[in-house]
Formats: sequence, C-alpha cells, structure tokens
Amino acid sequence: MAKELKLMKGNEAIAEAAIRSGCDGYFGYPITPQSEVMEYLMAEKPWERTGMVVLQAESETSSINMVYGGAGVGKKVMTSSSSPGISLMQEGLTYLAGAELPAIIANVVRGGPGLGTIQPSQADYFQATKGGGHGDYQLFVLAPATVQEMYDFVFLGWEIAFKYRNPVMILSDGAIGQVMEKLYVGDYVPRWTDEELKKNAPWASYGKPANREHHIITSLELDSAKQEEHNHKLQAKYREMEEKEVRFETIDCEDADYIFVAYGSSARIAQKAIQLGREKGIKVGLLRPITLFPFPKKPIAEFSKKVKGILTVEMSAGQMVEDVRLAAEFRCPVEHFGRYGGIIHTPHEVLEALEEKIIKAK
Amino acid sequence: MAIKGEVVIDKERCKGCGVCVVACPNKVLALAKNVNGKGYNYSEAVIDDCIGCASCAMVCPDGVITVYKTKL
Amino acid sequence: MFNPDIVKPENLVYKRTDVLTKAVMHYCPGCGHGTTHRIVAEVIEEMGIQDKAICIAPVGCSVLAYNYFEVDSLGAAHGRAPALATAIQRLFPDHHTFTYQGDGDLAAIGTAETIHACNRGENIVIIFINNGIYGMTGGQMAPTTLIGMKTATSPYGRTVELNGYPLQITELLAELPGTYYVTRQSVHTAAAVRKTKRAIRQAFENQKNKKGTSFVEVVSNCNSGWKMTAPKANEWMVENMFVKYPIGDIKVDGEKVK
Repeated sequence: MAKELKLMKGNEAIAEAAIRSGCDGYFGYPITPQSEVMEYLMAEKPWERTGMVVLQAESETSSINMVYGGAGVGKKVMTSSSSPGISLMQEGLTYLAGAELPAIIANVVRGGPGLGTIQPSQADYFQATKGGGHGDYQLFVLAPATVQEMYDFVFLGWEIAFKYRNPVMILSDGAIGQVMEKLYVGDYVPRWTDEELKKNAPWASYGKPANREHHIITSLELDSAKQEEHNHKLQAKYREMEEKEVRFETIDCEDADYIFVAYGSSARIAQKAIQLGREKGIKVGLLRPITLFPFPKKPIAEFSKKVKGILTVEMSAGQMVEDVRLAAEFRCPVEHFGRYGGIIHTPHEVLEALEEKIIKAK
Repeated sequence: MAIKGEVVIDKERCKGCGVCVVACPNKVLALAKNVNGKGYNYSEAVIDDCIGCASCAMVCPDGVITVYKTKL
Repeated sequence: MFNPDIVKPENLVYKRTDVLTKAVMHYCPGCGHGTTHRIVAEVIEEMGIQDKAICIAPVGCSVLAYNYFEVDSLGAAHGRAPALATAIQRLFPDHHTFTYQGDGDLAAIGTAETIHACNRGENIVIIFINNGIYGMTGGQMAPTTLIGMKTATSPYGRTVELNGYPLQITELLAELPGTYYVTRQSVHTAAAVRKTKRAIRQAFENQKNKKGTSFVEVVSNCNSGWKMTAPKANEWMVENMFVKYPIGDIKVDGEKVK
C-alpha cells in the first residue's frame, strides 16, 4: 500500500479518512472543537473525488437521523460532533443500536456539563461506554491517541460497524482533534457499488427487488417476548465483541510496580509521566485501552495480581476508574487522577498523584 | 343494454366502518346484522343495483372490496 | 346477489393492489390512514417503482406503516422522517423516498426536520395526514387541533390563551422556495380519493423529474379520537376541519396558486 506523509489536524484526519475509506455520506452540524471535520470535507468536495455526499444538517438531532437513514439503506455513513452535540444525538444512537445499524460517530470531547467549555475533556466516557441513550445497548468505542489513529480508526470503524451491525464511536477529545501531527495516509478504498452494497449489507432497505420480501429497518417490537429475544441477541453480540475485539497497548509494563491506565490524550501525558517516574526510580508502566467498549478487563485483572497499585488518568472526575476497579476486584489499590472542565493535566501532576495516592498512601 | 356491476367483499377483513355504505350512489350496500370473526357488522350488498362505479372500493380504508362490471 | 357471470377477471374494475402486504391494518374502522396507504401503494404500482420506493414510517398511528407497504422501509424516530429521507434520497438519487407522517410527528416534534428538508428542496415526497389529534397515544391535542376542539389534553376545548393557534404548516411550507408542489386533499369520498391519488401521483412524478419537495397533506378523520362513527367523523371533518384547512392545491410547479 502506497503511503503518503501528511501534516494534519486530528479533525482533518477523520475527514480525509472518510473520503479515502469509501464513506458514502457525512452528515454534520458545526460545533467547537470539531468543526474542521465538515469544513475540510466541504473544501475538499469529496462528491467530486469519490462521489461521497456531504451535508450540513439543521441540528445534531437531524444529522444523526440522516445517518440512521443512510445506514438503514446499507450505505457507509458517518457524523461527528462534540459533547453537547453528542448529547443531542443520543436519541439517534439508541435507535441505531436498536435497529442494529452500522455507522461511525466521532465525538471530539469538550468539557461539560451543559454547554461547558470548548477545551478538551474526557468526561463523556460514561455516556459513550454505558449506553448514553435509553435501553440496554452498547456502542463500540474506539479511543484514538494520535492523529494517525484518528485516521486509522475510521477504516477500522467500518470493519467493526458492518461486521457487528453496530454503531461505532470514535471517542477523542479537543486536544487530539486540534493538534497537528504527521500521519501516513494510504490508498483509497473505493465506495461500494450497488452490487457490493447488496452483498455487504444484505439486510438493508435499499429497494425491494421482485424476488424477495420487503425489508424493514426499525427498533420497534411491541411483542415483549420478541423484544426480549432481540435484547438477548444484542447482548450476545456485545459479549462476542468482548471476546474478540478488545484492543489495548502496554508501555513499560514488564517490570512495573505501578501502572497508569489512560486512554487518548491522557495516555500521552501518562507516557511522559512514566519517563519522569523512572528517572526517579519509580517503575511505572502504562496500559492504554484502545477500545473502551469492549473494555480490556482481562489484562487489567492480570496486572492487578502483579502490581502494587493502579492509577487511572482521565480528564474527568473519575469515570473509567470504575471499570478499572471492577476489573481489579480489590486485588490492588486503584485510584483516579484527573483535571477536568477543560484543563489538561501535566505529566508532573500525574506523577505526583501516583506518589501521593498510591505509593505514599500504602 | 345495461351496465351491471358486482362487488365482492372480503367480509372477514371488513371492519364495518360504513364509509362504503355512504359512498354508494345506488344504496346497494348496508352493514349486515351478522358479525364477522372480529365482531364487526361487515358490509354487504343488499340490493341488485350495483353499477360497478367502485366508489365503495375507493373509500374503503382496508381495501376489502373488489369490483366487477360488465354490459348486459 | 352474487352473480358469477359478472365476477370474472375480464370484468375486473378494482382490486386491492399487491403493493400493499396481506397484513390486516391495525387502524380503527373507517380511518383515512388505510385509504391513503392504499392509494400511495396504487401509485407506486402504476408507476412501476416498487423496487425503488423507500417508505419512511413515523411515530404515531402510522408507526407500523412499514408492515403494510410492500416496499423496503425504515421506521424513524418521532419527527425525524424527513432527515432520514434527505439522506436516503441523496445517497440513492434515482430512488423514490417518501415519508408518511401524522400531524404530531410532522408539525410538532418534527417541525425543524420538516421545514429544513422542504427548504433545502430535498427531492422527496412527504405524505402528511392531518386529523388534528394524537391518535396513537390516546387522543391528545395536536398542533393542528382546532380552537374549541376537545381532546384528552384539552378536555374543555383548545383555547388560544392556553395553547395558541392551530398550525397551518402546509401554507407555511408553501412559502419556502424548496417546495415544488404543495397540496391539501382528503379521502372521505370517492371523488376526493381519486383527486388525492392524482395528487400523490403528481408528487411522485415530480420526484422522478427531480423537481424538489412535493408535499401532500391529507385532511383526515379520527373517529376514535373525535369519538364519532366514521361517516359522522367525515361529516364533522367537512364542516369543521375544512374551514381551517381548505382543500385544494396551494403550490403547483413551484408557483403559489392564486
């Protein structure tokens, strides 16, 4: 595969990835700090490059329902937004999950609650990984830490979304959305032809040929027995994801007495904190979850048997820490550190927190 | 020569709403005294004056009326 | 009464279209939804577009519309049907995407989606059933409920002081440059049904010719919600609904009808 080196913002990388990954349609609504996604697309005119449709909707409610429509007819469609906009999309997300529709939703998280701030945050972890809208459902959640991953996870997102017929969320934050980094972009994946669509999304409502029953895309089932059966099916799918699709990365964990668990921007900060810690003789490593759902429970459980303590680092008041504690099952101390409301913690603060909350507290 | 029509009503699907009764220009239709399996007084032709205009079928929400017409 | 000499295939004048499924519709006896479904399906059959028709069902009484149209369908969240249709028609420009929505869905919770889809001139067909009430949830007040009309949430009759005015959304949409065809019809008599079917045909023909948004309002009855028999409800509709919602074309070929 031919690789081309580029310098881009994380938001632009998502947009370029959309075009190159054979996306059929992007439907969005402006919100800081992710507006560059649609700005880039509109400037690039992907309808000329690949035939991809790009449309600015009247609201996030509308854009996510455009995604629902496009996904329902078997097209590769996506949207992006930031926290308040994602809150507005929760209705569409639960419908997508209920109707088992593949789609990509990128959340470039900003500080909340409410209108909050426009600075980076990771306080949407609960919303992304615990459902968010009503009903028992899961999004598949990918957490990029680099601009390269913003790009790569769009490609990965399509694979997962269509394999499991499930919406995929790319959960990044304002820092990764705005930062400019080098990245490699690869060859174009062509958009599906109508024939490929019918093969890859045979369940879709793309127009009824004479030789088959009509397709119905819906999340409604009034018969409770059937609705429960449908829920069983969804749960089985989520368990399969937990079985097969967990992704994570470990850094300097081989000899670690302590580990940080951090994703996205916080993982990058934690990496620097590892360096600072090791300079002081503290053997600390990092486990970086790449999938937040399915969550890397097993590796965390394994580490909890070996290390003296775990510190989660999140730009929130402590959300992922709950999942880490559940995985560690009290085998070792698990504490949380994080700045929030749009503040990004420094590596020194992170190391200090490890010393205060874990090492000295022992 | 006279135009002669005939309606065939799927009485089990008929909900007995009666809009066809009102729509018929020749008052051919009436709701039956009997009920169908769902308990509706279904529509039926009670006199032989159907001209096959299909007005009844036009207004039938459930599409239960099939209409035939010929010249006798 | 039954005359086997007449009931022969060659004498067939009218039969239920196969673009409707065999399912018995759940609508109350005499409800205009069934009639409107029927003629939409007939138009799809006559135009030979069954393989390209995509039905977007709303939330409301017609939430299960997708069970009755023998075409590929999607059930939308409440009010969002025009957003779905926008995307689908843009992704499949030669398809015939249509929404089928009630007054609560289209003119209350989905007002933004409706207005913006129409304003963008999306090449979609919108079928709008206006019976001035929320039927499915048990007869509550709708944006189109008439002043004085009693509903479950306006039990003493709708008042301007408490609830504001009935929304004439169809006239409002006709003001938007994106709408190409805006009409208001009904399905309470055979003549009205034939006219409405012609209007629906016109809407789908416009779509075929990529003219923009075609919007067909069908003023309809709700005998259960209005607490009347079906024939009585149709009379009441003519005497009351038609005063606020007069029947006829509002915009044809992109021009307002004088």
